[in-house]
Amino acid sequence: MTAPTWTVHVDSGLCMGSGICAGAKPGVFRLDGPAAEAAVDQLAPDEAVLDVADMCPAGAITVHDAEGTEIGPRP
Amino acid sequence: MTAADERTRQYPFNKQEGLDLDPAYRAARETPGMIRVQMPFGEPAWLATRYEDARFVLGDRRFSRALATTSDEPRTQSYQRAGGILAMDPPDHTRLRVLIASAFTVRRVEKLRPRVRELAEGLLRDMVAAGAPADLVDAFALPLPVQVICELLGVPAEDRHLFRAWSDALLSTSSLTLEEYQRNDSELRAYIAGLVALRRAEPADDLMSALIAARAEDEDRLSETELVELCVAVLVAGHETTATQIPNFAHVLLANPDRLAQLRADPGLIPAAVEELLRFIPLGAGSAFARYATEDVQVGEVLVRAGEPVLAAIGSANHDDARFPAADTLRFDREETSHLGFGHGVHHCLGAPLARLELQEALRALVTLDGLREASEPVWKTQMLVRGPRSMPVAW
Ligand code: HEM
Ligand code: SF4
Repeated sequence: MTAPTWTVHVDSGLCMGSGICAGAKPGVFRLDGPAAEAAVDQLAPDEAVLDVADMCPAGAITVHDAEGTEIGPRP
Repeated sequence: MTAADERTRQYPFNKQEGLDLDPAYRAARETPGMIRVQMPFGEPAWLATRYEDARFVLGDRRFSRALATTSDEPRTQSYQRAGGILAMDPPDHTRLRVLIASAFTVRRVEKLRPRVRELAEGLLRDMVAAGAPADLVDAFALPLPVQVICELLGVPAEDRHLFRAWSDALLSTSSLTLEEYQRNDSELRAYIAGLVALRRAEPADDLMSALIAARAEDEDRLSETELVELCVAVLVAGHETTATQIPNFAHVLLANPDRLAQLRADPGLIPAAVEELLRFIPLGAGSAFARYATEDVQVGEVLVRAGEPVLAAIGSANHDDARFPAADTLRFDREETSHLGFGHGVHHCLGAPLARLELQEALRALVTLDGLREASEPVWKTQMLVRGPRSMPVAW
């Protein structure tokens, strides 16, 4: 059995380059160019990543669980 | 580039009056590494003046704001300011910011646009009806953000005049004694605590009630002190900067009549103009809120040692030709727009989407006023963290 994994996605069209995500979770998000991007393909479940999705002012970050259900940002 | 410069300079460089960027910044940008500066109080610091260095320092987790509270932080006034969200690091910072962030997302804030537009148009109509000359600050620039943030947070209309004096005092850089600062600080806190108690008894559809509900749900997430502090931060940070930028925008546009004419002809350019003006105007008299290295960190050519503070000079970074070609020219068609006017990294301005909306609607209303001009020189604020007119007599 493989460990459950999440995926994160950044919508580069929405991102305003605040640097909040890359500042809070540098291993998961990267901001080199004009828009942030996911620095990893998959990650172990981590509440802090949901926090980052909630904090993104642009609503540009989405988090999906292993089943492909969108779990972040939280409503 | 010339050789690295190891002298320690007195800081801040900028004059309080006007919006000029001191030439010392250009010189520093053209010098390798960072320069050493000494503010009136606190320990000496590194000053990051180039875009790349400033953005790096603001965005990298190895730099801490929390450490500033236990250090002799570089500052303009003798006492150290109370902490709040801007003096926290993740994960504490995240815990607070998550609670409040959803109220300030682009999507949520966009819903306020019709109301903000109505306020801006109404204030301008009243100003014009009262006749020229008028003080653009008192009649327009200040009441707009004050009303918006008070409505959002739930501060009753009849109390709004109260905290103008408080926030003036809290954002002042040196005019107050420690006792005066503390008195203002505790009065404002007591007022907010009272309001929190009111809302707890009788929740309303506002941000304060939402924060109280979040605290009720899970007390570990937000202490009572933090709740009050967060409301204070939003109230204070939420109007002074915007109220200052509105007359600054007007002042700069009136000095650049071609750009103003461009906006009048094509109001579709307003969002781009707001970004460019945020970049162009060096709002701060200097840099504040030093970042402390938690370990040795290489910043460009300089190895910053663990425990050393670095100040990011946002106004200078925004005028770095390496990032913004011909940076001293105001133009609304730049390809590169990622300015640092709202900071960068985890402390990136919480209110940025709201500030953008307010500035856009303020500008949209202002450009409809034909013949707008300065009736006399603005009276500049002195001794505030931000620079801008204290009063700006205008006619039309
Ligand atoms: C033109 C208007 C504004 C400008 C230029 C501005 C600028 C900034 C900057 C540069 C920072 C980062 C400071 C640093 O990292 O050292 C910041 C942080 C902050 N701003 Fe604004 N701001 C504006 C309007 C607002 C508004 C309307 C609000 C109200 C909601 C607000 C609330 C905050 C808060 C709470 C922080 C601290 C965030 C944190 O520590 O996570 N600001 N602002
Ligand atoms: S937090 Fe959101 S807006 Fe900011 S850089 Fe990350 S994705 Fe972009």
